[in-house]
Amino acid sequence: MANLDSTTTASAGTAVTAEERRQRVKKSLGARHRKERLFHGLGITAVVLALGFVAILFYDVLQRGLPAFQQAQVTVDVYFDPEVIDLGERPVQSPGQSPADYSAQLNGWLRAAALLNWNRLLETSIRTIVPEFEGDARDIAAIIDSSQRFVIRDAFTSDPSLLGQTREFSLLASADADNWLKGTIDRSLPDARQQLSADARALADDLLERGEIRFAFASHLFTNVDSRSAPASAGLAGAFMGSLYMMLIVIVLAVPIGVASAVYLEEFAPKNRLTDVIEITINNLAAVPSIVFGLLGAAVFINYFRLPLSAPLVGGLVLTLMTLPTIIIATRSSLRAVAPSLRQAALGLGASRTQMVFHHVLPITYPGILTAAIIGVAQALGETAPLLLIGMNAFVANIPSSPMDQASALPVQIYLWQGNENRNFFEARTSAAIIVLLGLMLSLNAIAIFLRSRLEKRK
Amino acid sequence: MNALKISVAALVASTTFAGFAVAQSRDTIQIAGSSTVLPFASIVAEEFSAAFPDFGTPVVGSGGSSGGLRQFCEGVGENTIDIANSSRRIRAGEVEACNTAGVEDIREIQIGYDGIVFATSADQGDFALEPQHVFMAIAAQVPQDGEMVANPYTNWSEIDASLPDQAIALAIPASNHGTREVFEERVVLPGCEAAELPEMSEEEMEAACLAFRQDVVVEIAGDYTETLARLQSNPATVGVFGLSFYDQNRDTLKVATVSGVEPSLETIASGDYPVSRPLFFYVKGEHIGVIPGIEEYVQFFLSDQMAGAGGALEAAGMIPAPAEETAAVLEAFEGGESLTVESLGAE
Repeated sequence: MANLDSTTTASAGTAVTAEERRQRVKKSLGARHRKERLFHGLGITAVVLALGFVAILFYDVLQRGLPAFQQAQVTVDVYFDPEVIDLGERPVQSPGQSPADYSAQLNGWLRAAALLNWNRLLETSIRTIVPEFEGDARDIAAIIDSSQRFVIRDAFTSDPSLLGQTREFSLLASADADNWLKGTIDRSLPDARQQLSADARALADDLLERGEIRFAFASHLFTNVDSRSAPASAGLAGAFMGSLYMMLIVIVLAVPIGVASAVYLEEFAPKNRLTDVIEITINNLAAVPSIVFGLLGAAVFINYFRLPLSAPLVGGLVLTLMTLPTIIIATRSSLRAVAPSLRQAALGLGASRTQMVFHHVLPITYPGILTAAIIGVAQALGETAPLLLIGMNAFVANIPSSPMDQASALPVQIYLWQGNENRNFFEARTSAAIIVLLGLMLSLNAIAIFLRSRLEKRK
Repeated sequence: MNALKISVAALVASTTFAGFAVAQSRDTIQIAGSSTVLPFASIVAEEFSAAFPDFGTPVVGSGGSSGGLRQFCEGVGENTIDIANSSRRIRAGEVEACNTAGVEDIREIQIGYDGIVFATSADQGDFALEPQHVFMAIAAQVPQDGEMVANPYTNWSEIDASLPDQAIALAIPASNHGTREVFEERVVLPGCEAAELPEMSEEEMEAACLAFRQDVVVEIAGDYTETLARLQSNPATVGVFGLSFYDQNRDTLKVATVSGVEPSLETIASGDYPVSRPLFFYVKGEHIGVIPGIEEYVQFFLSDQMAGAGGALEAAGMIPAPAEETAAVLEAFEGGESLTVESLGAE
């Protein structure tokens, strides 16, 4: 106030006295404070609104998705009945037998094992637990996920000595049983609108009461691949590996190329019309919608270079193209932020331009470049649209073993589960996949922040 | 210099990748097409890999029947798909396109039937639809006193007193879906005929029958979950679904009868329910023997435990074809019978 007074009196003209000026200022003070309070209030409202939307999003996703991490699992003792498992000995490679001959023989044996009715073993086990159950085999099959018969088969084919023995298994309940027990489908609806028959529903309730069905952490959500024939066992492993391969390709290609182009354009390239055009083009490319890169990828990598459909390699290349402008722009701006005095000092002490850039300028920009790279990669990780155009939205039930194999990706998996016709079950699954993807994004960003603060300290 | 070294390494790596791509041959079957067939094909793909440990799991993409057949007809080679799923028969024009691109040996496999149902949200009124009702609801122009006038109906009960007093809103599949063709052929055209349009030439008649009003009709290009979302945002909407989708969402959907028949596996298999269609897939003969497992996949698909009565696909909502029909299809496939423009024209 004192400061204000002194300036007003000092510059007070001849027309108005100091007292009048003070009055005028005092009168306007109320309005000025009001304005300040208003903007302050607006700012807080904006922040609260933004946080509120984020909170609603997180609440919604968590509330829908968290139940999917717990899944109904049935504990059963399976007796490997020699009457049902009517197979010969597992073939052993005899001396002198060619490997091709042996693998044909082994495949024949495995195929015969696959065609056995493993559900009969499960039926017997369930009937031993609930002897008074009178429903038919179909009701029992309906509450256990259809993929679980292969769990039993695999246990047997890898250890044929189980024949005639009993072993405990923890098996997944079917999606319908899981829905029923969790109450996802209104339990009061009549039979005609339920997915399970009345007998099967009673059996599921009975098993839950006896403690043979319990809700356990759904670890297979992370270890299994997608599945349509056995929805309860659908998992994210295939999509995760697909995304991982793509991210590796993006890191290996986009980061070095992007940083090198930025360094060249910023430090070495002459400033002329051509570099101006290049700069504008890069800025424009950063704003190109991602689906356009998908179309480009389909035309160039698949139709021209004849790379395979649905391969993470192609996805990685497309995402590289999409991420490059982001990395170049961010790297350039962090290079530009380096004080010119540093460059001049280095040059003044006799360093060459290359020495100046690589010894003095680049090390300072590492935090910025790193942040740019991680944000670019995180953006690529969540990208869906371009992947749809290169066939990555296919149903793939394999874990890809190389970037050339067909695969899905995490965001595409979310899209696929969102479209699954078993809405009651996959609604929660979709949100669970979103939680996993968001978790990955947040940890990537956390790594970026951690590395940046460490690098900045070292500097 | 590090960045430079890395980028050189990356370039080398990417070229080796590309070289590898040409050298390595694909060993899994690649499938694309109809979203109606997709769940069935995916189930078979999974079971196939469980039963045949020596082959990889086939990869099944979507894109609609037309989209799948377009990809199918792009040519021969490892980066083209081997099998196209379709919820309608291939058209003569598509066979021509295939032949031009070098795909000469197209094997047609009919796998079974699917029913198309009209469904509303479970809390809405009961619909007992006749094809004529549907036509009167969606046509741009309807006949009135022997003249074609702009469609005046806004409420189902105005069309027929037996229908609920509910605003007209329909979500139908867009033209990329094979379902659309069946919807037009089995519902709209018969309804149009029953509505007795005034005298006009055949082309004009077909155009008048298939001109839909845009204000109450939403065309869904995505899959059935999108249609379901429409029903949830506007509960008055009547949506067109596949029987299997309805079957898995019976808790939220209520089905309408068509011509007095309720859709079910039985009524569709017996032919009583009028709106059903055969489902197909098309195999690229040129790829048999090049991509391993195609023949086995087809045989496995048509086997009793998959497409047969009581098989895995029936449980998922597909209506099995009679056993003799399936046997004939398999015989034709194994005999190497391929589809030509003429054989399509003959029917």
